[in-house]
Amino acid sequence: MIPDLGKYAVEVIGAYGMSFLALVLVCFVYIRRSRSVKRALIAAEAGKDA
Amino acid sequence: MNSTSTSKRLWDAFWQLANPKVFMGWSGRWLPWLVGLTVLFLASGLIWGFFFTPDDMRQGSTVKIIYLHVPAALMAINGYLLMFVGSLVWLIRRQHVSVLAAKAAAPVGMTMTLIALGTGAIWGQPMWGTYWVWDPRLTSFLILFLFYAGYIALWAAIDDDDTAADLTSILALVGLVFALLSRYAVLFWNQGLHQGTTVTFVDGAKQENISNVFFQPLLLSMVGFGLLFLTLLLIGTRSELRARRLKVLEARERMQ
Repeated sequence: MIPDLGKYAVEVIGAYGMSFLALVLVCFVYIRRSRSVKRALIAAEAGKDA
Repeated sequence: MNSTSTSKRLWDAFWQLANPKVFMGWSGRWLPWLVGLTVLFLASGLIWGFFFTPDDMRQGSTVKIIYLHVPAALMAINGYLLMFVGSLVWLIRRQHVSVLAAKAAAPVGMTMTLIALGTGAIWGQPMWGTYWVWDPRLTSFLILFLFYAGYIALWAAIDDDDTAADLTSILALVGLVFALLSRYAVLFWNQGLHQGTTVTFVDGAKQENISNVFFQPLLLSMVGFGLLFLTLLLIGTRSELRARRLKVLEARERMQ
């Protein structure tokens, strides 16, 4: 399945691995913060209206 | 309708986004489409590049790193330019959405800079025989990374939001020099190991610095990285606006 990367396999897979890790991490952080802030705001606005 | 009135309408619509309510509505409508397009372009560019492009005559399979390195470097620089514009708008017009967009752009820009530096080092070892040299482009990119880190740290260090916005905006203006240097260092200085610009356009036409076999998936990947940046920027700005509203509500509650 993976193409033959020859003698540079470690470098190419290493580059893709570190990039995916960084991208997944930054997406995770943004989505988690978005959800937690949204939840907190909904709770605060519900408390204000009550 | 002539082009002048169209551009005026677009310009007016752009400034309406400075209204948090308008921005939330607009970004909420566009986000699902942006997420879909991001996945489509990123997946097609990277899968095409990794699986279906040949090895380069001189660089072998390491050429596949280009589909990460170039788009990440592009967004590292353009992300900083966006931060610069957002900061400038804040300093001139005091619009919160612009400075909060700049704040939201910083971690994504820093991640892109990190990817560009990391993939560049990994690529450099087999091609240049070293992970790092104090080459003008590499050095200006490292300084750009430090500016991103400093900008984020400054936001975190100051409690008062408006003071933090003022000081970080000034820092963003100063750092623009290094964002521009990162882009144009290869033109200013001839010394250094880093090659010239991979993709250049003159009068809208691509220059032959790179074969179409590599360029087509690279273009998809560049668009994918751009869309990912935009998606995270909108998510981040929405979070910052909500966090700001939350702070106001909590402050009001404490006063009652």
